[in-house]
Amino acid sequence: MAEKKMRQIAIYGKGGIGKSTTTQNTVAGLAQLGKKVLIIGCDPKADSTRLILHAKAQETVMDKVRELGTVEDLELEDVLRVGFGGIKCVESGGPEPGVGCAGRGVITAINFCEEEGAYTPDLDFVFYDVLGDVVCGGFAMPIRENKAQEIYIVVSGEMMAMYAANNIAKGIVKYASSGSVRLAGLICNSRNTDREADLIEALAKRLGTQMIHFVPRDNQVQRAELRRMTVIEYSPEHPQAQEYRELARKIDENKMFVVPTPIEIEELEELLMEFGIMEADDETIVGVAESA
Amino acid sequence: MADTIKEIDGITTEATEELIEEILAAYPEKARKKRAPHLGANEPTSAKCAVQSNKKVVPGVMSQRGCAYAGAKGVVWGPIRDMVHVSHGPVGCGVYSWGTRRNLMQGVPGVTCFPLDFTSDFQESDIVYGGDKKLETLLREADELFPLNKGLSVLSECPVGLIGDDINAVTKKMEQELGKFVVPCNCEGFRGVSQSLGHHISNDSIRDHVIGKREFVEPAGPYDVALIGDYNIGGDVWAATPILEEIGLNVKSVWTGDGEIEKIAATGQVKLNLIHCYRSMNYMCKVMEEKWGIPWMEYNFFGPTKIEESLRAIGEFFDDTIKQKVEEVIAKYRPIMASVLEEYRPRLEGKTAMLFVGGLRPRHTVGAYEDLGIEITGTGYEFAHQDDYDRTSPEMAKGTLIYDDASEFELEKFVEKMKPDLVGSGIKEKYVFQKAGIPFRQMHSWDYSGPYHGYEGFKIFARDIDMAINSPTWGLVKAPF
Repeated sequence: MAEKKMRQIAIYGKGGIGKSTTTQNTVAGLAQLGKKVLIIGCDPKADSTRLILHAKAQETVMDKVRELGTVEDLELEDVLRVGFGGIKCVESGGPEPGVGCAGRGVITAINFCEEEGAYTPDLDFVFYDVLGDVVCGGFAMPIRENKAQEIYIVVSGEMMAMYAANNIAKGIVKYASSGSVRLAGLICNSRNTDREADLIEALAKRLGTQMIHFVPRDNQVQRAELRRMTVIEYSPEHPQAQEYRELARKIDENKMFVVPTPIEIEELEELLMEFGIMEADDETIVGVAESA
Repeated sequence: MADTIKEIDGITTEATEELIEEILAAYPEKARKKRAPHLGANEPTSAKCAVQSNKKVVPGVMSQRGCAYAGAKGVVWGPIRDMVHVSHGPVGCGVYSWGTRRNLMQGVPGVTCFPLDFTSDFQESDIVYGGDKKLETLLREADELFPLNKGLSVLSECPVGLIGDDINAVTKKMEQELGKFVVPCNCEGFRGVSQSLGHHISNDSIRDHVIGKREFVEPAGPYDVALIGDYNIGGDVWAATPILEEIGLNVKSVWTGDGEIEKIAATGQVKLNLIHCYRSMNYMCKVMEEKWGIPWMEYNFFGPTKIEESLRAIGEFFDDTIKQKVEEVIAKYRPIMASVLEEYRPRLEGKTAMLFVGGLRPRHTVGAYEDLGIEITGTGYEFAHQDDYDRTSPEMAKGTLIYDDASEFELEKFVEKMKPDLVGSGIKEKYVFQKAGIPFRQMHSWDYSGPYHGYEGFKIFARDIDMAINSPTWGLVKAPF
């Protein structure tokens, strides 16, 4: 068997943008192309693999660690599940909000997967589905040395999603200078805002990257989700399934890996004004109360 | 305050300053600039000691300092004998602070005293999910296993602060459930520049959760005092309290050597707080002064000269009965002390020593050495503040070397150049100097000896110092340098 190079990919983006849904649908598309894929969910909510496994919530690495007392007693088979298309799934898990350290949970889980040999040589892709906000070092774990080399940012035409994308690009620059991590593209998960595709194309250009695919909004995604399935599995002939297969194909063939050129906040705001998302600041009204 | 300015033959301000320059020259420029203000030649007449202190250690140098947790667990809380002290976090901090300071306690272990190691022994999952539930279980179980404890303290290790475990909520709940003191102490090791902040945080937790919450069983008397800042190292408290009792005082509580938490909580009822280790306990003395108007005074029970000075000063605070007893006690011990000096002083006269210790000893022990005829040519603290150095200057001779937070390198070089007959410092320094053939006493824990406080202590101190300096061993050691 010819030596295959395993590609490790991390998906980032603003919270609620649709990272987990996009990741699972895209991975399902890759599986249909005959690719072997491992998904590692790096979010305490542990919802990165439910569409693949048809499960409400997968038993997580940290759940098992808590049950067994120490990570040393944990076996890979306790937490690795195989779902649709032979896709392997691991969830890091973590505490409920407000206690403990979710970031450490991600670090523990990824180290565990490495040490226990979850990264088998037959894999074509490893996908890390990361919590929306990179609040501490733990959530940057997937893009540290020897982990993900490719990052896709899920974004939409909404202002805050674009701010987040630009901030993530800044983070990538930091890690790119000390390692091999690169930005591989923006995935536009449409919210049906005006001139959305053009706007994200323009943002991608400023960041020195590409909009690798525009995923249109379609309620078929939600219908599939209600059945804990990807669109590709639920309705393989539906046009939306075709969109995800197209994204999968583009990712598989992608060769454009760049150190991004994040833009200043003013430049981003200019871009938003150009596309009518934002209006120019009227400095005379700043900080003035209604009654004043 | 010393009445006269002390001088030592061969020690001059110029020579000391030259030596400091020479040592500093080894540092890169940035480190030199940072270390320079922490070294100086003593100027006894100046009201403010010129040596800077309580600053962050220069990165890259080997410091002797501890951490906030060490100051809380090892110094303030650990010696309280009737409490269960819980090290909250991974196991190491608890184990390595277990019994290492030689703060002795009376009682039956596990029944009336608890010289045991309690820790929540954090695992990976406790970091990720938080350790508060485990802490709650631990407190309940420890109290079930050792029901005669009078309270529990929770001392935070670093990870607790990093993950934001709410120990204060847990201790509040458990205090109600168990009906006894359950005291949180947020003394994560990364806080502050040294163990000194751990003392302060511990004082604050006593202020917030302990003081004023109990009353003494017996009615109050005019001679009620508390002994503050004596940690019973090698039995110091047991050598100090009998003297105070002999002069007619009633020692109601001890902070915290061989201490009892309920008496500590009732200390707001005493007439005077007598403080030995100013650095680690001045905060609570000031709190009690503000809250209940209790005056406090520093005293020094090292060596007969300082003991006499201190006893007379304490006597001044009270009436003629006490003053008279003070004179009786002084008269009683004079011949005993004279016989001690008669035995040891001839062998120690004219020797020199250098010190580098913690809270009070770099200044408080100077008089005891001088009683034996030994001159202190250099002294310094690991974690003192400006007020400690200001109290040190008058005790030291003009031109002697003062060093703050000295690095291993500096100490070694200073000793090499100044050639003292004895070095008194900590366990980390002990073998460095002994291997160089220099007599050494471990002056944090009295080198497995003690007590050194009071009249009884001075006998042992004199014997130990003589044993160290005049041991024939040193004549047989050939250092290869």
